[in-house]
Amino acid sequence: MRPETQTEAVRDDAAFALADTPIAVAMSGGVDSSTVAAMLRESGRPVVGLTMQLWNQRRLPHLQGDGPAPHRCCSLDDVYDARRVAEHFGIPFYVVNFERAFEETVVRPFVEDYLAGRTPIPCTRCNNDVKFAELLATSRQIGAERIATGHYARVRHNPETGRYELLRAVDESKDQTYFLFGLTQEQLSRAEFPLGELTKREVREIARGLAVPVAEKPESQEICFVPSGGYVQFIESYLSEQGSTLASEPGDMILTTGEVVGRHEGLHHYTVGQRRGLGIAVGRPVFVVALDRERNRLILGADAELHAEACDVRDVNWIAWEQPHGPVKAQVRIRNRHEPADATVTATSEATVRVEFDEPQRAITPGQAAVFYSGERVLGGGWIAK
Amino acid sequence: MHVYLDYNATTPVAPAVLDAMLPFFRENFGNAGSVHTPGQRARAAVDDARDAVAALIGAKPSEIVFTSGGTEADNLAIYGSVAASSKPRKHVIASAIDHHAVLHTCEDLARNGVDVTFVPVRHGSEGRVGQGIVDPEDVHRALRPRTVLITVMHANNELGTIQPIEEISRIAREAGVLFHCDAVQSAGKIPVDVSRLGVDLLSISAHKFCGPKGVGALYVRSGVSIVPRCRGGHAERDRRPGTENVPGIVGIGKAAELARVKLTDDSGRIAALRDRLEGALLEQVSNAFVNGDPTQRVPNTSNITFRAAGGEAMLIALDLQGIACSTGAACSSGSTEPSHVLLAAGLSHDDARSSLRFSLGRATTASEIDYAIATVPAVVEKIRALSPRSAAVSVPSR
Repeated sequence: MRPETQTEAVRDDAAFALADTPIAVAMSGGVDSSTVAAMLRESGRPVVGLTMQLWNQRRLPHLQGDGPAPHRCCSLDDVYDARRVAEHFGIPFYVVNFERAFEETVVRPFVEDYLAGRTPIPCTRCNNDVKFAELLATSRQIGAERIATGHYARVRHNPETGRYELLRAVDESKDQTYFLFGLTQEQLSRAEFPLGELTKREVREIARGLAVPVAEKPESQEICFVPSGGYVQFIESYLSEQGSTLASEPGDMILTTGEVVGRHEGLHHYTVGQRRGLGIAVGRPVFVVALDRERNRLILGADAELHAEACDVRDVNWIAWEQPHGPVKAQVRIRNRHEPADATVTATSEATVRVEFDEPQRAITPGQAAVFYSGERVLGGGWIAK
Repeated sequence: MHVYLDYNATTPVAPAVLDAMLPFFRENFGNAGSVHTPGQRARAAVDDARDAVAALIGAKPSEIVFTSGGTEADNLAIYGSVAASSKPRKHVIASAIDHHAVLHTCEDLARNGVDVTFVPVRHGSEGRVGQGIVDPEDVHRALRPRTVLITVMHANNELGTIQPIEEISRIAREAGVLFHCDAVQSAGKIPVDVSRLGVDLLSISAHKFCGPKGVGALYVRSGVSIVPRCRGGHAERDRRPGTENVPGIVGIGKAAELARVKLTDDSGRIAALRDRLEGALLEQVSNAFVNGDPTQRVPNTSNITFRAAGGEAMLIALDLQGIACSTGAACSSGSTEPSHVLLAAGLSHDDARSSLRFSLGRATTASEIDYAIATVPAVVEKIRALSPRSAAVSVPSR
């Protein structure tokens, strides 16, 4: 018996047991989550649509530029779209306000990470601490024990280990497991990702077939709360709104040889691996190889110096097991769209590991996630420390 | 079962009101400004409605200006009277718990060189006495030589608390200052008499007392001049130009007539149902308390804090079980922010976010109240048990 068949049976049982309780759908107003809502509704299950209000666009108005910004998260346009989809399919729909939680657990850590010389991934924090925390809790409070989202990923129960597993999406180009590694067993047990089995093309076709009102809406790729002006401007505006003087000040740019070659504008402007926008010429290509927060220095070097064989990873969340027994062979992804690289993952404490790559990897960036895969399965993941 | 307990948001149009309106969409479609017979028929209907609205609030028909609703009436009263004042520098006093139609208008005036004072409301002593009510002394203290307008609502939409309008109007009269009262939430619920209240300007809205949406009225005492907000023809004695919304005006007229007749009957019955709902919920749910002065309150409104139960989740869970109520004024996205009224009445942010408003109306039945009593406690307890205020969220910040 193939594992898929086995787990299908388990999921059918679970679905049967929960048949009459509604499922909540996190609706952003985009085509993916709208299609999920439509698919679930078509399947005959009771559905409740929820849209999260996460950020008040009016807070930093000068970042919005002239006129309405299209396809910003939490814009009235997106809420409108989500509501229209819910109305179209006759789904009860509510907007829930998590602005406070979002600021505490996503926006402020995002700013602090940049100021500390890290390059953060706010979407992962949002999944861990807002979508599958606050929103899931609200869903359960209102009687929906499970929550469906438009993520491209798969979840299944493994009866042998008793654990809920996270698997890459069938459509590898859309796979979002990199952003979902932090989900706990409790969260995974209540999550449904109906798009994980589909390609983006199939999703568009389903959306058209079901006449989903936003079927032709373009996708948004950016960080939802950061306007197109860029994250640097967002950080500076946020800090000034908070009454804090910029904690990241200009400092020296030095080569790995120790030679000072210029001034940087504040470490939050830079990310490891960056080449453009450094504003210096040293006669050969140079890249940011490290951000030295302690001494407020930006360290530059040749491409070869960007490569490293290992990194430390903190706040590790294991999905495949409670804890691995000994070192694990895995393919490790160190940024979204990075081709997972063979490595050995060894626990150094309960929540930290050391990742040793078979081949050196370019631009291992503190603040990004390291996600450990075994084929299509996500074993676990954590945050790159150094 | 579907139970509607949000009459302060809006009410169903009474069948008699709808019946009265319908001919004015069809056979009697005339423009009340026209000379011919169809026009005269429309004009007569508007005049009848003006009589009925005037009668509801003890005014003269010539003192009634029809508007598109409570918000326009508030805007016209405030902008119109401030603009009509010839003082070189002007000051306006408003209460902190007024409706946004008043507050945001005053804030706009403040951005345009008018000084504005927002007077607080009392937080209440033992037994909530005085909670959510303006102290007239505060209004008196806020007066300045340049004060041109005082605006204080009659009944608060969220708490139901009734403001001491007669005392405040006395202060206004002695100071020679105009007094506007937003009576949107009191008209049709308690007696509203412009002479007894002593106001110069008073706003009402039809859909709060079983009339249609999109029509309201501003009372402008004879001799008080206001500058119109819109320019156009001569309708409403030049104070509100535009072709009259004849069906809507007929609707507010009929609704006013019904409200005047039914007021006494309705208010006793509704108060009894409200008190039963309130009593049962307080008895069955721990850590719950009512907000707002217990006696100086309109009979239909009950605002209850269910400590540590999120208002948003309560609202949704109850809606999914067929009960429509409210957490406070809704913002444009349909999501909720903590109520400025509850904060002004002394509630903490957390308590303000854990409060529900139940507002009853003419059609509320005893079995609906029974259903609410049977449903709300379990909803509150479930929400408390599954509260997300866990370690994951309460990350300490700077």
